[in-house]
Amino acid sequence: MAKDERIINIQHLSKSFGDKKVLDDINLYVRRGEFLTLLGPSGCGKTTLLRMIAGFMQPDEGSILLDGKDIAGVPPHERPLNTVFQRYALFPHLDVYDNIAFGLKLKKTPEDEIDKRVRKVLKLVAMSDYEDRDVETLSGGQQQRIAIARAIVNQPKVLLLDEPLAALDLKMRKDMQIELKEMHRKLGITFIYVTHDQEEALTLSDTIVVINEGKIQQIGTPTDIYNEPVNAFVADFIGESNILKGRMIKDRRVAFIKHQFDCVDEGFGEDVPVDVVVRPEDIYFTTDPAKCQFKATVNSCIFKGVHYEMWVDTDTGYELMIQDYDPYPVGSEVMLYIDPDDIQVMKKERRSNVLSGVVKDEETIRIFDADFPIPNDFEPGTDVVVDVPFDGVELLDNLDEGVLNGEVHFILYMGNHYHLYVKTEDSDYFYVDTNDIWDKGDLVGIKLLPETIKLSKKDEND
Amino acid sequence: MMKTSTKLLSRIYIWLILIILYAPIVFIAVFSFTEAKSLGNWTGFSMNLYKNLFTGSMQNSSALLSAVENTLLIALIASLLATMLGTVAAIGIYNMKGRAKNVMTFLNNIPMINPDIITGVSLFLLFVFLRISQGYTTVILAHITFCTPYVVLNVLPKLSQMNPNIYEAALDLGATPGQALRKVMIPALRPGMISGFILSFTMSLDDFAVTFFTRGTIGLDTLSTYIYADARKGGLTPELKPLMTILFLIILVVLLVINIRQSKNNDKK
Repeated sequence: MAKDERIINIQHLSKSFGDKKVLDDINLYVRRGEFLTLLGPSGCGKTTLLRMIAGFMQPDEGSILLDGKDIAGVPPHERPLNTVFQRYALFPHLDVYDNIAFGLKLKKTPEDEIDKRVRKVLKLVAMSDYEDRDVETLSGGQQQRIAIARAIVNQPKVLLLDEPLAALDLKMRKDMQIELKEMHRKLGITFIYVTHDQEEALTLSDTIVVINEGKIQQIGTPTDIYNEPVNAFVADFIGESNILKGRMIKDRRVAFIKHQFDCVDEGFGEDVPVDVVVRPEDIYFTTDPAKCQFKATVNSCIFKGVHYEMWVDTDTGYELMIQDYDPYPVGSEVMLYIDPDDIQVMKKERRSNVLSGVVKDEETIRIFDADFPIPNDFEPGTDVVVDVPFDGVELLDNLDEGVLNGEVHFILYMGNHYHLYVKTEDSDYFYVDTNDIWDKGDLVGIKLLPETIKLSKKDEND
Repeated sequence: MMKTSTKLLSRIYIWLILIILYAPIVFIAVFSFTEAKSLGNWTGFSMNLYKNLFTGSMQNSSALLSAVENTLLIALIASLLATMLGTVAAIGIYNMKGRAKNVMTFLNNIPMINPDIITGVSLFLLFVFLRISQGYTTVILAHITFCTPYVVLNVLPKLSQMNPNIYEAALDLGATPGQALRKVMIPALRPGMISGFILSFTMSLDDFAVTFFTRGTIGLDTLSTYIYADARKGGLTPELKPLMTILFLIILVVLLVINIRQSKNNDKK
């Protein structure tokens, strides 16, 4: 039963463009009739994944099963799937009717049935009077409706949508979201939807698959993903959040921002470093000293339409974002508390940079094909593990001063410092804690501080 | 006051340019309606030259007729083949990435700038080297060679205007690659292909240098080589004047039709 429910099953799928791995061991299944969203920043591989399902690209490794059958060798025109393209891709030389009838005519469907089905989908997308119109005279929103009609008229097993609303303005996008959801309910077709817009994903989906750097980060319902992000990337990408370094003291007790809080998480062990996420709407103001867990000073307050967004400085020197319906004046002292339910504790993905290197001489170790000056007592040629703490990596404005160069790829604000992912030209990563302000995309020189580094001989069994 | 005088000046200027441009054509057209053998002599209005041209009662009329036939046939075959070849090449170039694309576009432009005489002589040498006997085939091959870049140049912009996903959209809706090309790509590229075809056709019609070097020694003549030989033999055959007038009128009508079609298309949008 459970197996039968899976209309699409993707196993160990990988794809590289040249040296760059765009998808890395993707495992995923889609249940019949569900609305599944592939969500991630641009360049994360989500569109590549969709194009492989559609058949426009072949995977390097792994398989895509449709109803249990591998469709690797099946060309796109023989797959019972249809796609709604990002920029509509309507045929400019055909009118609305002929655009929609294109697929049916190729299948040699009888005229009267084509007519019936085209009229039916036109009604469904609320474009009934437009059948004779030239597609280029239609507005963006109308073209989008025709593109959807052209795909669903073929009654595909799965409808693939590649950022279909990205080119529309905000108001139109909101309206189309509601209509898409309604269409999905009426048609009962499985939808696979690609977007970089987290709000769209939360609104539309039954299941969200968060992808970053070609890897699946988390799969879950919108509520799961929002309330229980598995790592800092997901927490940062979905909604606003305060992401902080913490320490699990024991089950149901966690310390962060130099205070201790009750929480609901168990099983991390005692005295273990963790990451903690608190959503800005989950930090509450109180006037009751008995409820107060920590104090802070409001340093900015901005009206955002429905709520106010405030940044506060805690008495322990951390900065937190709070959203509340009531504003508190800048400079005022406030008392704050967080419910145990609203603290999301995440396992740390890594505690330091663990790099493998080869000793060149007593002053130098070769890491990522670059010679880092690190004094050591090993024989030349020894394979070593170089453990560099996050604050043991120095980033420099002057690229020539760095041993290696890299690009700031991802930035997390951790309340009192920044945590950066720096990507080298060969797509290796350094993870860096810094107080300096960098922007995404900045080019930096990379140096390691030898006094912070721990060296060990590489285990033969590794 | 000032304004009207500058306006007048600019009108005179544009008319002067038009007169200089069109005077030779008008000259031939006017003198096609008189019988004088030597150019520039007006011996009274007469339609006899036209009559001679169509009834064939002139010197060498069969040679002229076959030259006209050759010209039209070569132009038609060469520009049809160049249109197919150029369209496929344009699709290929469009799908290239980065440097290769720039290089290919540049290489495509060179034959257009290259003087005809050089193209003619080098093709001649190539055909000799390959021991291809020269005649009809070599002329058509040569014409395809210099026409194809013009088709590429006309089709490429249509490709960039086209939504890059429409080919995939056709496949997605169940079209085989062949059907997608026929039903979606070619209709989208058709305006570029038509203008490429017309340009090729006119380029081929009036080519002299390339034809002269590639026609071999079998006595193949196109209109331009015929007229050249004719003029060298002892003055232009008078019947050529009405022929040129008619050709000019045909081309004028074709151009007008294209322009009207284009402006109609623009009005629709």
